[in-house]
Parts: sequence; C-alpha cells; structure tokens
Amino acid sequence: MKRFALLAVLLFGALLVYGTTDFPDWGDPSSPAATHVSPHYIRHSLEETAVPNIVTAVLADYRGYDTMFETSVIFTAGLACFFLLRVFARKAPDSRLYRHRATGITLRIEQGGRLPEGAREFERIDSQWVPYDLIIRTACRLVLPFIQLFALYVVAHGHHSPGGGFQGGVIFGAAVILYAISHDLRSTLQMLPERRTVLMSAGGVLIYAGTGLICLLLGAQFLDYAALAGILGVDPIMARSHGIFIVEIGVAIAVMAVMVSLYYNLASVGRFDEGL
Amino acid sequence: MIWQLEFIILLLVVVCGVAALTVRDLLGAAILFGAYSFMMCLLWAIMGAVDVAFTEASVGAGVSTVFFVAAVFRTSRRSRD
Repeated sequence: MKRFALLAVLLFGALLVYGTTDFPDWGDPSSPAATHVSPHYIRHSLEETAVPNIVTAVLADYRGYDTMFETSVIFTAGLACFFLLRVFARKAPDSRLYRHRATGITLRIEQGGRLPEGAREFERIDSQWVPYDLIIRTACRLVLPFIQLFALYVVAHGHHSPGGGFQGGVIFGAAVILYAISHDLRSTLQMLPERRTVLMSAGGVLIYAGTGLICLLLGAQFLDYAALAGILGVDPIMARSHGIFIVEIGVAIAVMAVMVSLYYNLASVGRFDEGL
Repeated sequence: MIWQLEFIILLLVVVCGVAALTVRDLLGAAILFGAYSFMMCLLWAIMGAVDVAFTEASVGAGVSTVFFVAAVFRTSRRSRD
C-alpha cells in the first residue's frame, strides 16, 4: 500500500512538473497575463487610484472583492479554531502555584485554600513553570513598542512600499504573542481580553464590507471607492486611495485580532488560564 | 542575481520540506518548517514579489511557527508515523 502511494505521488509529481513546461517563461512579455491585464495596471493604476504601489492598488481596489473574502476566510478560520478549542466549563484548577518575587520560593495552594490577604509579594505562575528570566522579559519589553510601531508603519505605508493591512496586522499580532510568551497569558489577557479580540476580528471584516456597502448606498458599485468622494471631501481619484487605506485598516484589525485569538486558544487549550 | 546562490536556496527549500515531513520530533519539524518558510521568502524576494515575501516572512516563518510550537507543547512531541 505504501509503495503504491509512493508510486502515485511520484507519477502525479512528474505530471505536474511536465505540466509546468507549458507555462510561459518567467517574465515572458508575450504571456497572456503580460499582454492583457498587467499593462493596464502598470500604465493607469497611478492616475486612476493615486497609489504608487501597484500591488496595493490591485489587491485592495481592482481586486477588492477577492481581498474582502480573503479577510472573511481568516475570520472564519479564527472562528473555527474558537469553536473547536474553547472550553466553557469553568473548572477551578486542583492547585495553584505562587512564587515569592524576591526569593523565588514557590507555594502550592490546594483547592479551597487561598493566599493570605495583602500578600502582594507573591505572583501566580503557570503549573508548567518556565524559569523566570529577567533578561528575556526586559529585552522583549524593550523591543515591543518598536515592533508595534513598525506594524503601524507597514499598514500606513502600504500605498508606497511593500506591505499593507495583512502584513501589518500579522506583525502587530506577533507583537502581542511575543508579550504573551515572554510574560504570561494572564497579564496579556488583562491587556487584550478574549471578548475584545473576537469583537475586533468581526469589526475588521465589518469595516471592509461596510465600506463596500456605503459605496453601494451612494449609488456606485460594491467597493467602488470613487463614490466616497463626497463623504471624504476629496476628488474621486484621491477617494479611491483613501478607500484603499480604510479597508487596509479593516484588514489589519481583523488579522491582528484573529492571530491573537488563535494563539490564546492554542496555547491554553481553550481554557484561558495558563499559556506557554 | 547569482544563479549559484538561488540554486542553493532552492536546494535548501527542498531539503527543509522533505526533512520537516520525515523527522519524528514534531518540535524539530515545526522549526524546519519555519526555516522552509524563510527560504521560500528569500526566493519570493529574488523573483521580485516583495509583498508575497513579506507575507511569507511574517506569517510562515513568524506566527505559524509559534502556533505549531504551541500545538506541540499542548499535545505530544513524538509523531507515531
């Protein structure tokens, strides 16, 4: 059976490789894509949308419908992971571990017991305890603001340089995940609660689809940002550029929230008490 | 671009891909998959698709490796096949 499977994989692999010989050469100027679609984008995208980065113009404007559903796919993936992993039964853990900040002595408190009032020098730690590392914590805390700033730059500068809502959102989500890894899940959840991540992921998709709906209500086609010119107070070409920026922000919020929500669910197996 | 360099990167992509499939330690497979993504990112950048390279670097080599490690940490580190 295994030999048969290997044979089938090799056969289909060989067929696929053979199939690629019919493809146009890389960068071939006479290939169908380079003769019909690309020249229009290369010649007219700047004057039609006022966006220097052609990739951004194509993704968010000419092919805006595709990108909207890509965002919905990510949102659905986050939702599926939530429904698969999230455990709603609130069961108190058998015991909790507390560490004395100054000396590192660990206390195990069985179910029912609790720390004495005002014992502020103890902090709760995960049961699969990762050694407290001052260098990692401090280094991560030092670079986090810069990662977040870079993520915002990637979102805001997508019109001129590579990047955009998707990449910026992922980097911002990665910054939150880095905080959760270097510190712990509980402090991250205090900063960015689960409810907020779910609302943000839905809100990001809503921003995208809502922009399209406003265009529809203003009498233009779905996601035809030129219709927003009246609301934004600019000419139709600038309105397309601003419309792209609005939907990129929606994508960034949705992707960031989905990444963080995925990490919360995966790292705590849906219990939201202890992370990595 | 120097073709020898591209060839080495392409070879590393194939090696990392096959190794990620065959290695029994799942944590090692996750790291190898991260390396695979990073090599793919270099290839995208060489071919001029900078936006795709950016996405590959942030999603493939960054966040998804963390997701794999989290999943391995919460399940088992050994693969049975």
